Amino acid sequence: MSQHRQSFHIGTGLFIVLGFAALAYLAMQTTSVANYSQGDSYLLKARFGNIGQLKLRAPVKLAGVRIGSVRSIELDQQTLEAVVLLAIDSRYRELPDDSAAAIFTSGLLGDQYVGIQPGGSPIMFADGDEVILTQSSMQLEDLIGKFLVSGDKPESDAESVDAEPASAKVPAEDP
Amino acid sequence: MNPNRKPGPVASALAEVGEAGLFLLAILAAIPGSLRHLRETLRQIWFVGAMSLIIIMTCGLFVGMVLALQLYYTLAKFGGTAALGTVVALSLFRELGPVVTALLFAGRAGTSMTAEIGLMRATDQLSAMEMMAVDPMSYVVAPRFMAGIVAMPLLACIFSALGILGAQLVGVSWLGLDNGTFWGNMTANVDVWKDFANGLWKSTAFGAVVALTATFQGYTTAPTSEGVAYATTRTVVSSSIIVLALDFVMTAFLM
Repeated sequence: MSQHRQSFHIGTGLFIVLGFAALAYLAMQTTSVANYSQGDSYLLKARFGNIGQLKLRAPVKLAGVRIGSVRSIELDQQTLEAVVLLAIDSRYRELPDDSAAAIFTSGLLGDQYVGIQPGGSPIMFADGDEVILTQSSMQLEDLIGKFLVSGDKPESDAESVDAEPASAKVPAEDP
Repeated sequence: MNPNRKPGPVASALAEVGEAGLFLLAILAAIPGSLRHLRETLRQIWFVGAMSLIIIMTCGLFVGMVLALQLYYTLAKFGGTAALGTVVALSLFRELGPVVTALLFAGRAGTSMTAEIGLMRATDQLSAMEMMAVDPMSYVVAPRFMAGIVAMPLLACIFSALGILGAQLVGVSWLGLDNGTFWGNMTANVDVWKDFANGLWKSTAFGAVVALTATFQGYTTAPTSEGVAYATTRTVVSSSIIVLALDFVMTAFLM
């Protein structure tokens, strides 16, 4: 009898531990909680004319590697620019202070992220520094609009959009 | 109204709903008394939870695998296979995890609850307990009800975890999706409160509903072998219907 009771206690314990392990694993590893930066980080400020669909906690990447996340997004009332605070992991301290920040889209339908292009300055960013060189998010509508305005031949909308890949090929033919 | 007249189907359905509601109140009232029988509750968690692990884990793995295959086929049409991890995780957390687990739980644990309590009723064990001043509500019914509430969310988590592993197996190891894309897109788009906790609330509610249906059917069964068989069938049928209907209502509210 005591042997039997022992075995079902172990079974129940195993089940509960397994259940909570699955709960913790799912909550910590498969949701956005996994993206909260662990450990220390330092803040960089960057101003953008347009941030597009950049969201809080969006990744900050350098050479495709995630080095931090977007901490906050605010509007500067004076300059009417978006001020984005980037929390960079402390282990990536060695960022040249002339590095540039740009907003990219991952894939065609993916989320937007902040990409850092490293500069060559010997001085590194410190906590609270501002990234001077920034490039706003590409707006597909703006691109199409510019193309339509600058197009020399008056064409129907559909044809102009179709012509875009052709114009993109031009630099490739140059060399 | 003539008391000898048999009530119509609507009236008897209403009567059953009312009886089940009163039964739920009786269970809630019996829960404080059942705390003295904590070992019984633990034994029920073992029985409905730990003993259901094998079926839950196998089904979770296969559901995740087939989900990955089907979604890959569909997403490939739009060139969006990178979203496979996100879509699998969202459908498992928000919908399939709680619902399929609840249906399996009704089949695996609900039926045995009904059959056990029904046989206790048929063999007058419940009356014998009352004779001995042991409240069957707090010794038999409430522990099973609480075990259902505790076990269901845990089982749903295990189901979802195995489902995601199965999807990773198919998507990454077999179909050749990039592992980083699979997990990266998943963690970028699945929110712990909006999506994961949403499924947890659902599965807790489903656990309560399935356990309530199973204990109610068993407790009110006709005390014959035919009555027990009938009650067991009704447990599966009505708890499946209630779970799916409640799922719609909860999804609409938790959206």
